[in-house]
Amino acid sequence: MRRIGIDVGGTNTDAVLLEGNRVAHAVKTPTTADVTTGIERALGRLVDTSGVDRRAIDAVMIGTTHFTNAVVQRRDLTPIAAVRIGLPASASLPPFVDWPSDLAALVRGEVFMLEGGHEYDGRPIVPFDTEGMRRVARRMRERGLRAAAVASVFSPLDPSCEQRAAHILRQECPDVSVTLSHHLGRIGLLERENATLLNAALVDLARRTTRAFEDALAKSGITAGLYITQNDGTVLGADMALRFPVYNFASGPTNSMRGAAFLSRLDEAMVVDVGGTSSDIGALRHGFPREANNVVEIGGVRTLFRMPDLLSLALGGGTLVTPEPLTIGPVSVGYRLTERARVFGGDDLTVTDIAVAAGLIDLGDRARVATLPAALVNAAVAKMHAMIEEGVDRMKTDAAEVPLVAVGGGSFLVPARLTGIAKVVHVPHQAVANAVGAAIAQVSGEADQIFQNLSREEAIAEARRLAEERAIDAGADPATLKVVEIEDLPLAYLPGNSLRTRVRVVGDIRSVAAPPTR
Amino acid sequence: MPALRPVTLDEIESIAIGAWILGTGGGGSPYLALLNLRQLYADGKMVSLMDPADLADDDRVAIVSNMGAPLVGQERLTDPANIARAVTMMEEVIGRRFHAIMSLEIGGGNSLQPFMAAALLDRPVVDGDCMGRAFPEAQMTSFAIHDLPMYPLTLIDVRDNAVIVARAASWKWMERLSRTACVAVGSVASTCKAPRTGREVKECGILYSTTKAMRIGHTVREARCDHRDPIMAVVEAEGGLVIFRGKVVDVNRRTTEGFLRGTASLEGVDADRGSSFSLAFQNEFAVGWRDGVPRVMTPDLICVMDTVSGDAIGTEVLRYGQRATVIALPAPPILTTPKGIEHVGPRAFGYDLEFRSVFTSPSPARQ
Repeated sequence: MRRIGIDVGGTNTDAVLLEGNRVAHAVKTPTTADVTTGIERALGRLVDTSGVDRRAIDAVMIGTTHFTNAVVQRRDLTPIAAVRIGLPASASLPPFVDWPSDLAALVRGEVFMLEGGHEYDGRPIVPFDTEGMRRVARRMRERGLRAAAVASVFSPLDPSCEQRAAHILRQECPDVSVTLSHHLGRIGLLERENATLLNAALVDLARRTTRAFEDALAKSGITAGLYITQNDGTVLGADMALRFPVYNFASGPTNSMRGAAFLSRLDEAMVVDVGGTSSDIGALRHGFPREANNVVEIGGVRTLFRMPDLLSLALGGGTLVTPEPLTIGPVSVGYRLTERARVFGGDDLTVTDIAVAAGLIDLGDRARVATLPAALVNAAVAKMHAMIEEGVDRMKTDAAEVPLVAVGGGSFLVPARLTGIAKVVHVPHQAVANAVGAAIAQVSGEADQIFQNLSREEAIAEARRLAEERAIDAGADPATLKVVEIEDLPLAYLPGNSLRTRVRVVGDIRSVAAPPTR
Repeated sequence: MPALRPVTLDEIESIAIGAWILGTGGGGSPYLALLNLRQLYADGKMVSLMDPADLADDDRVAIVSNMGAPLVGQERLTDPANIARAVTMMEEVIGRRFHAIMSLEIGGGNSLQPFMAAALLDRPVVDGDCMGRAFPEAQMTSFAIHDLPMYPLTLIDVRDNAVIVARAASWKWMERLSRTACVAVGSVASTCKAPRTGREVKECGILYSTTKAMRIGHTVREARCDHRDPIMAVVEAEGGLVIFRGKVVDVNRRTTEGFLRGTASLEGVDADRGSSFSLAFQNEFAVGWRDGVPRVMTPDLICVMDTVSGDAIGTEVLRYGQRATVIALPAPPILTTPKGIEHVGPRAFGYDLEFRSVFTSPSPARQ
């Protein structure tokens, strides 16, 4: 089994070749503005240095922060038609109601609100206004709107209104790309709809980016399947991924945590990923990042994405250090570390300079930091260590001592001993943990809905069956499926033992797990 | 005519934060109501707050609440037009115009329902409620404790369905009848409870709880702004107590008799390391045990806060692994009278415990 994992970061594009359970080769190249060229170069170097047969590669997994950046930086977004189905309910809070106004202005092509939707128990609120939906489609044609986001009340329980809306759109304007909210999510209309709106606005960009990935692969002579990594440490096939760009918003930090789990062979641990500008701290449970509890904001938009629960500290290799009074960060020289840090001939005092002076790592010209006062170096190291120690403790949810895996280019900043940490684990290939995490990604399936008049066990079994079905549809090998999360929530005030049950399963990718067929 | 106090949108943002804390785990997040008010204010509406002392004895006051399951509310959302309709319908029933509108419960989303109605109907909101927190049932109000009449009640849904409960044999019957109608229309409905006179509000209401929620919200925001611990700021400002700091290690929820009941277990951190804490809830937190010994119980307000953010945590979103701080805030005096304890004390929730306020029996360990 041979897989390539690629991490397209803001600064570097990393690529690794995984043979079985071993990292065979790893390369780091600068990210390029067009993305494709950087991936092509990384793939070229990886294939050349390893001498692997291009046709013997089973799968290529790419992780990217491209879509998050588009939202955060307000670029490459498509104006969309937002269709809400649920009147007379929900009338006073239309789509985009809690968006930052600048982002809403870019994405809001036109808003339509129609009668329809369902109750929690599956009864229709009122009949779906199909004539109104046809008018929406005609209006979209007139306006030249090319993407639609459709959200119906309680669609996670009954998606039929959204499906009928999509059917009408296909009939009336077949070229329009349609995102349906029940594909994206959980109970919580506004948050689910927000995800749907963001997704619709990103579908064009996703299509272009995925094509760029495919081109890069084709130019490199690699014929293996292309997968895109998701927030939850799993992958979607490229054809699915281009329909759901919102699913990979947080794939960067997720991949580094998954990579840390793989490289350290630890399933339960804390992870700190020290980069150039920041350190991300998270917790591994069953080899996956623990998810955030609360509503997650992306570019100011509330969503219910499955996101890893992370604490970001403004502490990385390029973080600036001021001696009097001693302050560390939050500003970093970022990717210009190799020209601006003192050990590399620059004038800025960075965390890396302190680390070299303290003998934590040997980088650049050590003589250039020899004159730093020992008191300053010691105090700065103590302060950095305290920042990491406090951050790790804040994210720790287990009273027992657990191991801490240190990854990322700046992992030399992590102290050897921390309170509440059994041991600090450094691993080979720690600088490319992201790409390793991409290479080992799995496929998942999730069910999250309200069950009535079933026992708790029956409801969980039914949710598990649905989740497994979805995972297999997404390309999982049925033999490898395992449950990673079970959550159940009885609903206050609802009759008949109503239980909201969420089950998530993951499994290996079928095409990879199965022996190559040729 | 006494002066009314205009409430700014910024103050409503504070009420939303404070009311979520006073929700003691229940009542639903005020976020959706807040979004509605942001829009109403953007459209030029402005709500005024009325000192209950300025009510004339025979003024009529509408008592409003959104009834139902918070989870259903997350899908159906909440619309000011509905709560306003419940109020106007009650005016038709009793043949009198309401002078002002008041909240049933200041805890959670219902803190802002009267503001939505008031914005549309151009009436003031009375500074007060009849719980001083959130409770799950109709008979758990200061008006019920004072044995005031419990009918009529109007109940509205989004489809132009409307129900009038003309009479009920008791507060518990009113709870049962209105709950049945609520479930029939999708487990979310806008209600106007039995109208109150100005005199009843002044004598039997829990007064100035709206400004209390506003003040607590303001304390939280100010502390955040100054990078101080918002939880300690609230405890100090409101005469509260920190009961326990820990991490949630187990949450066990179940539905019985139509409510969210369950327990949450915490393991101590910091000064509480080595101890455990167990919380029982019925929609709201009811009793807390430290190492098996009852430590805090209803009607004292038991609030669970996210240790890091200082946000209140509802019983529905309480989750394994959360770092949480349990605090207690004093209950309104009416709730701790013998009659009050009958309605809202631990036995009213099925716990065979004699009510002892945490504020009269502080833990020796903490002295």
